[in-house]
Amino acid sequence: MRGWGRKVGGYAAATAMLLAVWELGSLVVGSPALPGPVPAIRDFVTAFVSDMLPHLGVSAWRVVASMVLGAALAAPLGLAVGRAPRVDAVAGPLLFLTYPIPKVVFLPVLLVLLGIGDAPKIALITMIVFFQILVTARDAARGIPTSAVLSVRSLGATRWQVYRHVVVPAALPDIFTALRISTGTAIAVLFFSETIAGTDGLGWYIIDAWTRIAYSEMFAGIIAMALLGVALYEALDLAEARVCRWTRAGR
Amino acid sequence: MPAIDINALAVTYTGVDRDTRALESIDLHVGDGEPIAVIGPSGCGKSTLLLALAGLLPASQGRVNIGGEPIAGPRRRTALILQDFGLLPWKTVAHNAALGLELRAVAAAERRRIVAEALDRLGLAEFADAYPGELSGGMRQRLALARALALDADLLLMDEPLSALDALTREDLQDLLLEIWRQRGHTAVLVTHSIEEAVYLGRRVVVLTPRPGRVAAIVDNPGMGDEGFRSSPEFLKRCVKLRRLLEAEGALATAATGSEGDA
Ligand SMILES: Nc1ncnc2c1ncn2[C@@H]1O[C@H](COP(=O)(O)OP(=O)(O)OP(=O)(O)O)[C@@H](O)[C@H]1O
Ligand SMILES: [Mg+2]
Repeated sequence: MRGWGRKVGGYAAATAMLLAVWELGSLVVGSPALPGPVPAIRDFVTAFVSDMLPHLGVSAWRVVASMVLGAALAAPLGLAVGRAPRVDAVAGPLLFLTYPIPKVVFLPVLLVLLGIGDAPKIALITMIVFFQILVTARDAARGIPTSAVLSVRSLGATRWQVYRHVVVPAALPDIFTALRISTGTAIAVLFFSETIAGTDGLGWYIIDAWTRIAYSEMFAGIIAMALLGVALYEALDLAEARVCRWTRAGR
Repeated sequence: MPAIDINALAVTYTGVDRDTRALESIDLHVGDGEPIAVIGPSGCGKSTLLLALAGLLPASQGRVNIGGEPIAGPRRRTALILQDFGLLPWKTVAHNAALGLELRAVAAAERRRIVAEALDRLGLAEFADAYPGELSGGMRQRLALARALALDADLLLMDEPLSALDALTREDLQDLLLEIWRQRGHTAVLVTHSIEEAVYLGRRVVVLTPRPGRVAAIVDNPGMGDEGFRSSPEFLKRCVKLRRLLEAEGALATAATGSEGDA
């Protein structure tokens, strides 16, 4: 309970600081494109109830689906590759060659292949998350101490039981960290892909407001996108705290 | 309790660019219910020997029989305790202790009963829901023992199980190991760097040569397990004798000067 109190207090202080800096920034800039927090939040609420909610929903669905899909594909693959030296001898170099390629540049290709709806956006973000998690899971699996594996095998564990009791839990904290870090990239890519094609999603909403010089709506969209990022990040943090309880113990 | 028969055992690690022979022509018989200690220079193959006995490393030559059965994989009632105890940080104390039973699909209620008993025996009952990260080194060691007890192990293989502990905790646990052995009479192979520990806990002490490890000498150690053995003249005599043997193997740089000296 004391931990909770401190956490809430910390968040309150950070929020107050953020709002102060925001207010100051808007005063210095003095442009309708950067309103202060009070009018911005008021406009956000107005926009939220009038026409923004569906766009927020679409964006949230896209980013969550891609992250779940990317992690679900990459985590098992990365763990398996990291635990199989022979496969890793080929997969390792392959990964090093493909990992640095900026996946965003494939957006036009995906648009041609998959149309302009959800599919190309989800595919693009999935690709990015996939590589992040693949690299992390592979490294985590390679770093597992042999003694843990030997002990469990000495108890008669099958290959599958070694995964379930050792490899997966050992890698989970690293995978969660990688997921949390990739939320930033995922939201950025979401924004980008929504501004390029389609007529829905927060990215489209923001750019549409911008072309109409509707600055209060534009900024409301920006706030929504920021909140989406924060919510995702916090949700992952909560999930990790639940799933990886031991990492909080004994600290 | 099973006897161990090691016959002309050799173990070679096959590497990418070269092979390492870790053990060569090991012949050793460990009696039913006999605790032996294994000591030798660093890198001579002590851990390798334990892994081979645990059925985790195949023999390149020779064979190992435990309780009359040739070893081809992990054996049900063998417990292996490694230097870092092999605990899983993501499982609670109770789940760590229950792991062997869980892997064998023992029913949950039965599992809980056995584990509660083992934890109680080792003074860990009130820490059942803690994680290993919240335990002291000595408690982690006891948890590893609890896991072995829960399995009803009749053969205990221990790889420097106490070397990470401070001197006082170590003596406590040496006494605990001895007490459990007196009660249960399991067969045991204890690998150690400490001469005193070898003499305190080994009914016989096997000295290995530098790599590839062979049996250099076997020191009979009558009186082991007797009340007050640690402060008896025989104990000291045996330590001195072992030290000479180890010196002859050029091992003393690593197999240091007893309990306070080892790394
Ligand atoms: N997985 C492995 N692959 C290749 N060589 C290995 C492997 N494990 C051990 N060796 C080699 O085999 C030899 C014996 O190793 P082992 O770990 O059994 O020695 P040890 O007597 O337990 O040493 P220490 O006292 O330092 O624990 C060493 O020379 C080591 O380098
Ligand atoms: Mg060793």
